[in-house]
Amino acid sequence: MWEHLAQALSMVFEPYTIMVMVLASLFGLFVGSVPGLTATMATALLVPVTFFMPPIPAIAAIVTATAMAIFSGDVPGCLLRIPGTPASAAYTDEAFAMTKKGRAELALGAGLVFSAVGGLFGTVVLIVAAPALADIALRFSSFEYFWLVLLGLTCAVFIASDRPLKGLITLLIGLLVACVGLGNPAGHPRFTLGNAELTGGIGFIPMMIGMFAVSEVLRFAVDERPPAQLVVDKVGNIFAGQWALAKKYWRQVLRGSSLGTLVGALPGAGADIAAWMSYAVSKKFSKEPQKFGTGHVEGIVESGAANNSALAGAWIPALVFGIPGDSITAIVIGVLYMKNMNPGPTLFTTNPQNIYAVFLLFIIANIIMVPLGILCIKAAKQILKVPRRILMPLILVFCIVGTFATNNSVFDVGVMLAAGVIAYLLEENGFPIAPAILGVVLGGMLEENFVSSLIKAEGNLLEFVARPIAATLAVVTVLVWFTPIVIRRLRPGLRTR
Amino acid sequence: MKLSDAVFGLLLLALGAAVIAVVSSYPTIAAQRVGPSLFPGLIALGLVIGGLILIVSGWRQRTTVPWLRFEPWVRSPRHVAGVVGVIGSVIFYIVASEKLGFFLTSLLILTVCFRLFGVALGRSVLIATIATFVIHFAFYKLLRVPLPWGVFKNFAW
Repeated sequence: MWEHLAQALSMVFEPYTIMVMVLASLFGLFVGSVPGLTATMATALLVPVTFFMPPIPAIAAIVTATAMAIFSGDVPGCLLRIPGTPASAAYTDEAFAMTKKGRAELALGAGLVFSAVGGLFGTVVLIVAAPALADIALRFSSFEYFWLVLLGLTCAVFIASDRPLKGLITLLIGLLVACVGLGNPAGHPRFTLGNAELTGGIGFIPMMIGMFAVSEVLRFAVDERPPAQLVVDKVGNIFAGQWALAKKYWRQVLRGSSLGTLVGALPGAGADIAAWMSYAVSKKFSKEPQKFGTGHVEGIVESGAANNSALAGAWIPALVFGIPGDSITAIVIGVLYMKNMNPGPTLFTTNPQNIYAVFLLFIIANIIMVPLGILCIKAAKQILKVPRRILMPLILVFCIVGTFATNNSVFDVGVMLAAGVIAYLLEENGFPIAPAILGVVLGGMLEENFVSSLIKAEGNLLEFVARPIAATLAVVTVLVWFTPIVIRRLRPGLRTR
Repeated sequence: MKLSDAVFGLLLLALGAAVIAVVSSYPTIAAQRVGPSLFPGLIALGLVIGGLILIVSGWRQRTTVPWLRFEPWVRSPRHVAGVVGVIGSVIFYIVASEKLGFFLTSLLILTVCFRLFGVALGRSVLIATIATFVIHFAFYKLLRVPLPWGVFKNFAW
């Protein structure tokens, strides 16, 4: 183990990786603090660049950029009352109310410090839980994997989206997209329409860039709201009072981080839902619930920790089973496959140094978040002044070139545009996008395990629940169908997106 | 653009039916019950059922929810131009980049989009030029992506 850890350390502390992490941090902080650019978009935009990197720096770029972006989404929420990323939306009003009371530094500081704490908590759970789960997963057969994938997809539909029917439909569309091409158990070309480019399936990178970046550019193009105004000129000492908060609210931090990690680990539900749920839980169990919404820091502490811990939590199922915990890890799984680091339990046994390196990256990212976050808060005034009307066309051209770069084909640019327009239209009409991504990523795995289980079972469907773990997973899957009723009571304020 | 659930339902129904029609012609593998048509067939069945449910719910709401509704931005020429500009830019790149080359295509796309979003002309051209060179350097030189030279083929560096 020590030998692998040493290898991991040397991979992570290589100058190239460190440089990538610093650049990715700045990129993540910037993207997170510009409203309309999300952490998922940061990941999608990074993919074409990481395409050209060795595996560890590629993962380093994504881990640091997303951790930073989820924190820095708090900054415009606090200063402009516009969340920088959806993960900060849960407590934007609260943070802005604090700013109006002249306590912006306490709100921003709490966001930063407890983001780092939550992120580290999630990382510890990742380090402990992932190898343990991998040990169990080594014994899984196609029956267990079939149920596990189905459970993941079910979670995405029933827990992560407000409207299960619409979530189910986008999931089916995603699964259908995954069917295109030769990559199926029978090796039969499906839905290729005689097009040679489609025999390899619909490109994953163009689709992600379209769905998460091009759709945001379109959303900006139709946005009629005038730009928001900054209300503060200067932010004071960020650390003042944070220790007192940590002592007063340690239970909230622990609860937020635990809930966040758990929600993050559930497929389909990511940092944004973790933050909404933690905020609701925080208010419910608070000694002073009447203060919530008036500029009270308690909810920010708890849900600020939750959204960053969710980020690490999402990597647990992604690394162990290849089932993404959120949209970001859905993209990450695509990257892992491209880098020949196929997710799954064998990743922990054959190349443990890679896994240790991922753990180390998470620890480092959450630690350097604090100094870099301070810089970001200090520079917030300048960052928030960068006009989006200049950023958005640049992002568009970057999307085009990035998509082209992965395959040197303009056909992929067409796929990107189609995915962007369809994602935009679906979201406008209340169809959640996350299930579609999961469908695309998991479609092949679901079909493969379904078909090989069917063949093994020789048509006897009872075989699907004959093994104890498979049966348990099947029962849990069915139970999840009833969660919308429970969840609806917990988070009344959640929007569709 | 907001469509009634019923319209979405019809679209999904059509998609599901089309998929079922296509997969029904797929070969079956001898001695096995499962062929390449099973999985997409099940998905299509799901789409058909989901489509039907949406049609029913859309039909029930037909008095309150219009079949097709546009957001206020469609009455604002500036915003319509923005959307057309974004989508048109990507199509323009697909069609023209090989012939014109990356430099001209990117310069045109950026300048037009900046202008459509309300950036002053001089500033648009300046930023578009700088950005085009930076992106070209990053992708062509650093990442070795063969961005097309087009009309500047003889000046390639």
